[in-house]
Amino acid sequence: MNKTQWIPIVCLRVIAMVSTFVATLLMVTSHDSAKVLGMTFQAKYNNSSTLKYFVVVSIITTVYSLGALFVPPRKLGRHVLVLDMIIMSFLISSFSAAVGIGQLGKEGNSHAGWIPICGQVPKFCHHVTASLIAGFVAVIIYFLLVLYSLNNVLNLVAFKA
Amino acid sequence: MVGEKVVDSITRWRVTMVVILLRVLALFATTAATVVMALNKEKHIFAVATIGNAPVKIEITAKFQHIPANVMFVIANGVATLHSLFMLSMLCFVRDKYDFKGLRFLTVAALDMVTIAVVSGAATAVAFMGEVARNGNSHARWNKVCDNFERYCDQGSGAMLASYIGIFFLMLVNMLNIFEHGRLINLSKNPLAA
Repeated sequence: MNKTQWIPIVCLRVIAMVSTFVATLLMVTSHDSAKVLGMTFQAKYNNSSTLKYFVVVSIITTVYSLGALFVPPRKLGRHVLVLDMIIMSFLISSFSAAVGIGQLGKEGNSHAGWIPICGQVPKFCHHVTASLIAGFVAVIIYFLLVLYSLNNVLNLVAFKA
Repeated sequence: MVGEKVVDSITRWRVTMVVILLRVLALFATTAATVVMALNKEKHIFAVATIGNAPVKIEITAKFQHIPANVMFVIANGVATLHSLFMLSMLCFVRDKYDFKGLRFLTVAALDMVTIAVVSGAATAVAFMGEVARNGNSHARWNKVCDNFERYCDQGSGAMLASYIGIFFLMLVNMLNIFEHGRLINLSKNPLAA
């Protein structure tokens, strides 16, 4: 794989690594507390299993992106592509679930009797929103990366013989 | 040379049959997921208060569209069903024109990946919504719903399981397509390396 094919992949991976790192940081440092009728109402990312899943997947993606930068593209290009597709699937699923839970926290669900919590803990909600925006950037970048790698690795397999 | 051509065409036929089988399985799984979730409805009668001697009863219906993740799930699996139908019809009826040439192949692979991405997003969203419904969330003061609506929750879990099976088969199809394309490109560039 010559340099013109390899440089955009490296750029995309670096951007994805940075954005997942930012998403992790923002989510982990999000906490807020409110006093309602004398009770303290604390919100942390730990309280929701969806947000925990999002943090775990973001950390895995950051570490994987860092590791995949140092893989020789000619020998192991296809394996990296397969791992890329798996990681992209995880990333998309975690982002989608976190957005679902975020919408539940912001607007509640009147049919199930779940009241929205963003009115009481606005700082937490803003932090989580920012983290999800960073996660969305990572999702788009990873999708582009997989499509671009697919195009290149096919040429790689062709010239293997 | 003739022997290698025969072996190559037998292998291509086998791979096409396997791809057709996997796409049919994925089609069944996603159709089942769509239908099972779309027909998800349960009524429950709650005794709320007592006036004198007679209890006041309220009937509450749980429909699938009350939770937005379920709506996305139905739409995503419907799109995956249509995608599988379209690819199957292309494989079965347009066999001569459907060979791995450049842009046509890339479109098929990209569409497969997009379908996998969308369906996995929807299935995971439903999974986590179901977890909140089943266990509640004491920190946010959200009560659990599944103890009153058992059948509703179980049907939703069944649909989610079918969707994950569909995703698995679609991933297998995608991998097969990619590696088969690589093998064919190898063969066409270097006919002696069968």
